[in-house]
Amino acid sequence: MAREALLAALADGWADPARLYSAGRRAQQLSEAARAAFAEVLGVRDDEVSFWPSGTAAAQAAVLGALAGRTRRGDTLVHSAIEHSAVLHAAARGKAVEVGVDRLGRLDLEAWERAVAAPRVAAASLISASHEVGTVQPVAVAAGYCDEAGVPLFVDAAQSVGRVDVPPGWSLLSASAHKWGGPPGVGVLVVRKGVRWISPYPQDDLYRPGAPGSADLPALVAAAASLRAVRTEARSEAVRLSALVERIRERVPATVPDVEVVGDPEQRLPHLVTFSCLYVDGEALLHALDRAGFAVSSGSSCTASTLRPSHVLEAMGVLSHGNVRVSLHRDTTEADVDRFLAVLPGLVAGIRREAGM
Amino acid sequence: MIELDCRGQKCPLPVIKLAQNIGKVGVGDVVRVLADDPAAANDIPAWCRMKHQEYLGSPTENAFEVRRLS
Repeated sequence: MAREALLAALADGWADPARLYSAGRRAQQLSEAARAAFAEVLGVRDDEVSFWPSGTAAAQAAVLGALAGRTRRGDTLVHSAIEHSAVLHAAARGKAVEVGVDRLGRLDLEAWERAVAAPRVAAASLISASHEVGTVQPVAVAAGYCDEAGVPLFVDAAQSVGRVDVPPGWSLLSASAHKWGGPPGVGVLVVRKGVRWISPYPQDDLYRPGAPGSADLPALVAAAASLRAVRTEARSEAVRLSALVERIRERVPATVPDVEVVGDPEQRLPHLVTFSCLYVDGEALLHALDRAGFAVSSGSSCTASTLRPSHVLEAMGVLSHGNVRVSLHRDTTEADVDRFLAVLPGLVAGIRREAGM
Repeated sequence: MIELDCRGQKCPLPVIKLAQNIGKVGVGDVVRVLADDPAAANDIPAWCRMKHQEYLGSPTENAFEVRRLS
């Protein structure tokens, strides 16, 4: 679907939508239709939606723009300890207060309520669901506390949009097309009417609240088409994938000794499951699974560019080595999951044996 | 108390050393692990929780103490 839309838009969407010639007007129409599609799915107005070169860029623009819009009210960002590193890097530009999570990766709501009500808080940031462990965050309650304190809430919804609904109450929201199966290079930012947002970047001649310069229009059209497509099957896919995740959550600890499945077993994303194996080098397990035909991720330090363990696993206080994150998608079959479950115990045992355990 | 010098070793090696040596002290005694891998501060307490041993804390930087409970 995304591929077909991309090819069609390449034919018609090459022109600059700001130009008055007919190809430009056609491009403008494509751009407006894509914007309207996003607005409809997200339940917002068309002019509240802007496009960015990635989900990361959109999230960072949300944080920095929300802070810039509230400099008279304060200078502090309140954020959860399990935000995406893109948000943490943006937070590091100024003053920030971090709110912790429990062992299952759920936001400490009492600490959140206190933190957002403190003086000089300009904005708050909460990920809709952890991209590493899948725990869905209490966005509605957290948004309520922000509302009481008069603090705009930014929700990084990269993991949720296209799969599960995000509760209302937020002021800013970002998403990323390649997380819902669209093309890479499309980030979406929503800034609700009445929320002060000042671009952290120099603007271009056209005043518009968004990224300066031309957007990748064919990619935008493809992103909109793929979002509509995944939305129509989101509910049935969530049921199917959630059952497969449940099988992994149940079978892995039953067949592999000394394993910790992490994240909330109930309030979780439908497609993502994470576990850690004691005495196992995460990188070795990743490569072993890769050789067996499985592409998985890890939050272990040995697999990270920073050589530090995942800040999400650290915040939860769960084992960080031997960590495996499995993301299921629309092409993942029951047979794939069963084969994964069949090969995993032997691979883990082999790595442990080599390590002398 | 025994001391395991795992400085310079990457995780999971310090945790493996701890698991291999905890049986060498009596129940109630303490193993001190010296480890400078940034994951050790997280993974040694997590090991204690999973294996039902008592994490006593970090008396100094890069040192972690565990009491054998079973």
